[in-house]
Amino acid sequence: MAYRDSPAARQRAPGPESPGCYARIVSFSHSFFAQRFGLTEHDLESYLSEALSSGGEYADLYFEYLANTSLSMDEGIVKSASEGVTLGVGVRVISGERTGYAYSDDLSPEKIRKAARVAARIAKGPASVFKAGFEEAHKHNLYPMIHTPHEAGLAERVELVKRADAAARAYDSRIFQVQAVYADNVRHVLVATSDGRLSYDRQPMARMGVTALARDDGGTPQHGHSGGGGRVTLDFFLNEKTPEYFAREAARQAIVQLSAAEAPAGEMTVVLGPGWPGILLHEAVGHGLEADFNRKGVSAFSGRVGEKVASPLCTVIDDGTIGSWGGGSRRGSLNVDDEGTPTRQNVLIEKGVLRGYLQDELSARLMKSASTGSGRRESYQHIPMPRMTNTYMLAGESDPEEIIRSVPKGIYCATFGGGQVDITSGNFVFSATESYLIEDGKLTRPVRGASLIGNGPEALKYVSMVGHDLHLDEGIGICGKEGQHVPVGVGIPTVKIDRMTVGGTAA
Amino acid sequence: MSQLEEIAASAVRRALDLGASGAECTISEGEEFTAQVRMRQIENLKQAGGRGAGIRVLIGRRTGSSYTSDLSQEGIGNMVRAALDAAKITTEDPHAGLPDASDLGRVESDLQLYDEAIARMETDWKISEALRAEQAALGADPRIQNSEGASFDSHLGARVFANSLGFTGSYRTSSCALSVAPVAKSNGSMERDYWQSAARKANEIETPEQVGLHAAQRALRRLNPRKVPTQKAPVIFEPRTARQLLGELFDAVNGGAIYRHASFLAGKLGEKIASDCLTIVDDATLPGLFGSSPFDDEGVAGRRTVVVERGVLKSYLLNAYCARKLGLSTTGNASRGLSGSAGVGPNNFFIESGEAGEASLIRDLKQGLYVTELIGAAANTVTGDYSSGAVGLWIENGELAYPVSEITVAGNLKQMLLDIEKIASNLEFRHSIESPSILIGEMTISGF
Repeated sequence: MAYRDSPAARQRAPGPESPGCYARIVSFSHSFFAQRFGLTEHDLESYLSEALSSGGEYADLYFEYLANTSLSMDEGIVKSASEGVTLGVGVRVISGERTGYAYSDDLSPEKIRKAARVAARIAKGPASVFKAGFEEAHKHNLYPMIHTPHEAGLAERVELVKRADAAARAYDSRIFQVQAVYADNVRHVLVATSDGRLSYDRQPMARMGVTALARDDGGTPQHGHSGGGGRVTLDFFLNEKTPEYFAREAARQAIVQLSAAEAPAGEMTVVLGPGWPGILLHEAVGHGLEADFNRKGVSAFSGRVGEKVASPLCTVIDDGTIGSWGGGSRRGSLNVDDEGTPTRQNVLIEKGVLRGYLQDELSARLMKSASTGSGRRESYQHIPMPRMTNTYMLAGESDPEEIIRSVPKGIYCATFGGGQVDITSGNFVFSATESYLIEDGKLTRPVRGASLIGNGPEALKYVSMVGHDLHLDEGIGICGKEGQHVPVGVGIPTVKIDRMTVGGTAA
Repeated sequence: MSQLEEIAASAVRRALDLGASGAECTISEGEEFTAQVRMRQIENLKQAGGRGAGIRVLIGRRTGSSYTSDLSQEGIGNMVRAALDAAKITTEDPHAGLPDASDLGRVESDLQLYDEAIARMETDWKISEALRAEQAALGADPRIQNSEGASFDSHLGARVFANSLGFTGSYRTSSCALSVAPVAKSNGSMERDYWQSAARKANEIETPEQVGLHAAQRALRRLNPRKVPTQKAPVIFEPRTARQLLGELFDAVNGGAIYRHASFLAGKLGEKIASDCLTIVDDATLPGLFGSSPFDDEGVAGRRTVVVERGVLKSYLLNAYCARKLGLSTTGNASRGLSGSAGVGPNNFFIESGEAGEASLIRDLKQGLYVTELIGAAANTVTGDYSSGAVGLWIENGELAYPVSEITVAGNLKQMLLDIEKIASNLEFRHSIESPSILIGEMTISGF
């Protein structure tokens, strides 16, 4: 339940918009797994029948082919370049509240059948009847690019890290160490379910990250980090968010830290800048609204739909359909979730009132609800569960400058590192990496990193102003839950929280 | 030579045939089993196996790497070619290369990393262990009516390594773990905690009743927590949280951070960096433990390294590359998954036990915080700045008085190391990074 990696710069990003574009690109026989591995619909039916051979209400297959590249520049030289491929299929059988799961990294029919029989052991009874025939699920077309970054030559992509290295060093003579990383992948997935749903998707991803160290003569080094990406084209890094852009942001943060003072400690007014500070929503409310925790009654939000859990200024949405970013989509967006259900826009909190949970197939079955397109998994080796996609708060009406002017004494947090939440008590933490003291309505001086802590169902009740400047983050979020990591996005406008505990050292 | 050793050695030969000047190949194979139960019913059963190979090739002083889950001849061939292509776009690095041949080797004694009894465990028995453990938690107290479940996991693995200096080796590992996460509820307060017992040997894990009861006690003592005023006070980290702090310190002695000047301990070798009572060791040779292995992920023999001795920084932890960068010798801490080059990882990295019982650390404090869980810890390895959400118990007049939460603890690791006043005698090896309870004289606690 923690975010890893660092934050993004504040930069205007297109607001959330629904693409409204439902296109079927290729038919099954032309899809990746059919072409490359000769899979037929008949094969899928036979594997699903095997999975249901001991009973059970539902079974599904998840085929995954993942090709990765990563390139890194360190101390001014390209030190490492790596490529790799993993491939496999996961078989799941659901019988009541029970799930059986097995996988194989070998796609031969015997190995898939064997995995299906292992998964089938969860159920005990006569074989279930599998409805033959599939219907291809409708899906969005959020990343319609012809060529993904992964298909570009290594030499072309390695230029990105070289440019980032040069730009960070050129930013200021006090920058003495730079690491730049570029990584991309393309994931082909195929989901077939026993209720006849068939869906396949090609999911591209690319991201850059730059870390810079700065030092005054003989002083303590400080570090800054920036990065971004998404399901974007290579052109995104060449023309929109360039290596120089990320490099300068990382260098700027490191330089700012050189003059940072001790962070304050205690309860105070906190103003969050727009963009990545939306990690607040991910930790404070997002995880607590995942249906598995609520079905089990172990979340601080359990049984509270319809209750007021935030100030009326707060409307929080989880949206897996955000496109219009770099020739593709946001990092957390997906045409279909990892159970083959199209993603959608889900309202979590509307004007302060809790509206609903994020459902996957299993929780929806058990709670007599419908999947919200939130079933996700790290890979074919993992059982899906309800997860977030892109989580953000709608813009309000306040002028961001006016929000800061309204604070006599407090802290302004521009950039964050990670965060974590205790689902049951509702306590969450997120750590600021670039913050400033607010004194008499003005940002006065930078302060060092500090954790902020609050309680999920309470913290957002203290939101007293919401800016009109909603930004989404630049595409660096990785969310961890029960050992599974998936890419996500967050976003928030400038927000004023009247009371929150800041964990600095200046007591 | 086993079949997997033969595949690894053939991948290395293939790389040399195709023009590499050096190569090393790692293969890992694993079988996992998980039984999860919740509210006395089976929830998930998962069982599967998989394997993969990773290769690093050198063309002179250029390095490239690749990995695959396809161990067929064709798959291995594709992997080798991809690594060579990758090497061609990297820069000459004067420090790149395989370890020195003289550092290669293995621990010859039996490290007891594999227990056949784990391979023989029956599925029904594993499920019943999880059910018993959860039942023990649910039955412990009427305030425990709910649970996030219990699980029994087992894992069997094999690790194979070959390089072009003629090293070929492999070893098998096993492990199993039993854990429970009960939820306690009282007067509108709901709290969850957990307990886990894990071991490489079947007969070394705690009984289901011990695990369940311990988890229940931990959840119960968190109920109805208070927030305390912002203040400076002494802080005791129990083993679970002390080992997390030690994990932050590992990042600061990692050779990769040292040569980049990205650690507050860079340039401090031989200096006093901590209180006299602190000795930290990294040891790959302790039998039966999670951090032990006959050789590291570059084929360097496992060994014992004293990192901090009575407060003095004696050694960084290094792989071959970091060692060359710093003009030192590798400490056998190369660690890699299948992708990319080797990084630096812990073997058994631990704080040596002190003499006092944990109870005496608490008894001697008039006021202070006993930390049982850290949430969202943020440590800056470059500066040492540390700040984390905390859950724990407030100490008053030498007693654990009441639970506290929604607070933070903060300080700077440089000062925190010097401020360690006492180390308890309760060191137990449950993970590869371990610590007894430690008392830090003063930290900033932020509350209301």
